[in-house]
Amino acid sequence: MRAALTVFWKEVRENLRDRRTVINTLLTGPLLAPLMFVLIINAAITRELDKADKPLPVPVAGAANAPNLVAALRRAGVEIKDAPADPERAVREQDVDLVLRIPAGYAEAWAKGDPAQVELVYDQSQRDAQGSVARLHGLLDAYAQQTGALRLVARGVSPNVTRPLVVAERDQSTAQARSGTLFGMLPYFFILGVFIGGMALAIDTTAGERERQSLEPLLVNPVGRGGILAGKLGATAAFAFTSLVLSIVAFSIAGRFLPTAKLGMSLELGASFALATLFVMLPLVVMLASLQTLAAAFAKSFREAQTYLSLLMFVPVIPTLLLSLFPLKTQSWMYAVPLMGQQVSIMRLLRGDPIAPYQLGLCFGATALAALLACLVTAWVYRSERLAISA
Amino acid sequence: MIEARDLHKAFGAVTAVDGVSFVARDGEITGLLGPNGAGKTTTLRMLYTLMRPDRGEVLVDGIDAAGDAAAVRRRLGVLPDARGLYKRLTAYENIEYFARLQDIDADTRRRRIDALVAALDMRDIVDRRTEGFSQGQRVKTAIARALVHDPRNVILDEPTNGLDVMATRAMRTFMLRLKQEGRCVLFSSHIMQEVGALCDRIVVIARGRVVADAAPEALREQTGAATLEDAFVKIIGSEEGLAA
Repeated sequence: MRAALTVFWKEVRENLRDRRTVINTLLTGPLLAPLMFVLIINAAITRELDKADKPLPVPVAGAANAPNLVAALRRAGVEIKDAPADPERAVREQDVDLVLRIPAGYAEAWAKGDPAQVELVYDQSQRDAQGSVARLHGLLDAYAQQTGALRLVARGVSPNVTRPLVVAERDQSTAQARSGTLFGMLPYFFILGVFIGGMALAIDTTAGERERQSLEPLLVNPVGRGGILAGKLGATAAFAFTSLVLSIVAFSIAGRFLPTAKLGMSLELGASFALATLFVMLPLVVMLASLQTLAAAFAKSFREAQTYLSLLMFVPVIPTLLLSLFPLKTQSWMYAVPLMGQQVSIMRLLRGDPIAPYQLGLCFGATALAALLACLVTAWVYRSERLAISA
Repeated sequence: MIEARDLHKAFGAVTAVDGVSFVARDGEITGLLGPNGAGKTTTLRMLYTLMRPDRGEVLVDGIDAAGDAAAVRRRLGVLPDARGLYKRLTAYENIEYFARLQDIDADTRRRRIDALVAALDMRDIVDRRTEGFSQGQRVKTAIARALVHDPRNVILDEPTNGLDVMATRAMRTFMLRLKQEGRCVLFSSHIMQEVGALCDRIVVIARGRVVADAAPEALREQTGAATLEDAFVKIIGSEEGLAA
């Protein structure tokens, strides 16, 4: 136990003297991710707001064929522009978001009372254009309905005849829940913060120690390898934990500057969110520190260890990706899966959704068990003879 | 006293050590001599319990290394082949780290480190970070941290490797001093002059076996060779790997 403490303090002291490690652990890891996230979200929100209020520029081909329609669109806030010569190509090459084409036969069909056709040229895969397309589509539909209703009235028929069914939407999502979908990546950033925070030490205390040829002298001391490993894991976890705390604090502060209220959303970034997040992340810190140490222990050199750890960094993305590709309903078993449990818990905490104490406990317990397992495997690898040999 | 009894060690199909037995006594310097790749380092690693022999046993002051490795390590001061320092710590901190791991109380720690710093003539570097140390300064620090627990037995793997003439002389003087203090000193080398000048007893290893075990003069007489160098060549059976 005393040996573990000796190793722990030595590793902490030594690594605090390494400016690069300190910057990575205390600055880059915890701050970069939330800051970048805030910037992205901020830009996204601002863009959404801009789109709703601003006039919608629409290139229209054949505007002369339907002066009434074009006038109606103008009144609804559409800025009519000249269409490019080849609308399909311009859209494909992303010169314009969309083009409205009014064929020459429009006026004739309109006069005859046949359905007059207009063409909306757009690219479904262009996320950016989707808002504009939906808005224009809505305006065209409204114009069609209005004209249809007028025609019926002119013939003495109630417009309601053509509307046997009306759908009234009652959105049940709370303001917090709506912001939650935007913040699906947040748990990953917390996990990433932990990962970056522990990375330098995990490498330095194993592969680094071997590369600089100090592992063999160290292991010749009359101290069990378990004690040495405990000290090293402790130091790695301590740095990772520091990163995590800074991550959460940084996010709690930065989150307040997000203009989420403008979108009718609200984030739960109070003390209870911070503490509960810390609670579910705590065993994950130990688990990741142990896995990083394990991966680095297999490496012969610093560089090799960095490669392994960079690959390992993709593992925490898996549950984030799965949950965003297949938005499953949150179920109790998810809390018992390390990484996924944290993902689900943090999301619910952030959205202000109720989360039962037993679910938080399940998340903590299951991850703690996985962490213990990872520690045992690491200890087992650490005991091997091969590990000590430098060359 | 360090005793190796019929040590065997193989790595996969390669047999590195194939039945090595010898005794290194207190108050003597024992040299382990052999060409590169003869199994010197592997033998030493088994002696200082970093490796477990496939067969055979290691006794240090009568304690079986397989039974109580920690007790054996407390009685050993080891300068391994790998002698890296923590470059962001000062020389003092490097030595103190090992002293703490040896569980030495604060007062004794300070006293021992001061004594070693004086004996190794490293007062001017002790409070500097070890980054940028010369090879000689590094070896001094590594020796100080290996001996900080005042061990009865000292194992040095190629201690003069990479040292310049002055540092090599200092190292030899230091080893003689350890011997005068009544310690058991065992070191490996592939340099004959060094072994001839220092050792009370020479154990020659070739291809994983002990091929000779005697005092330097006895070795010369045994082989009927005029010089020690000729004696080695005769014993080993080739000139391969021997440096003058």
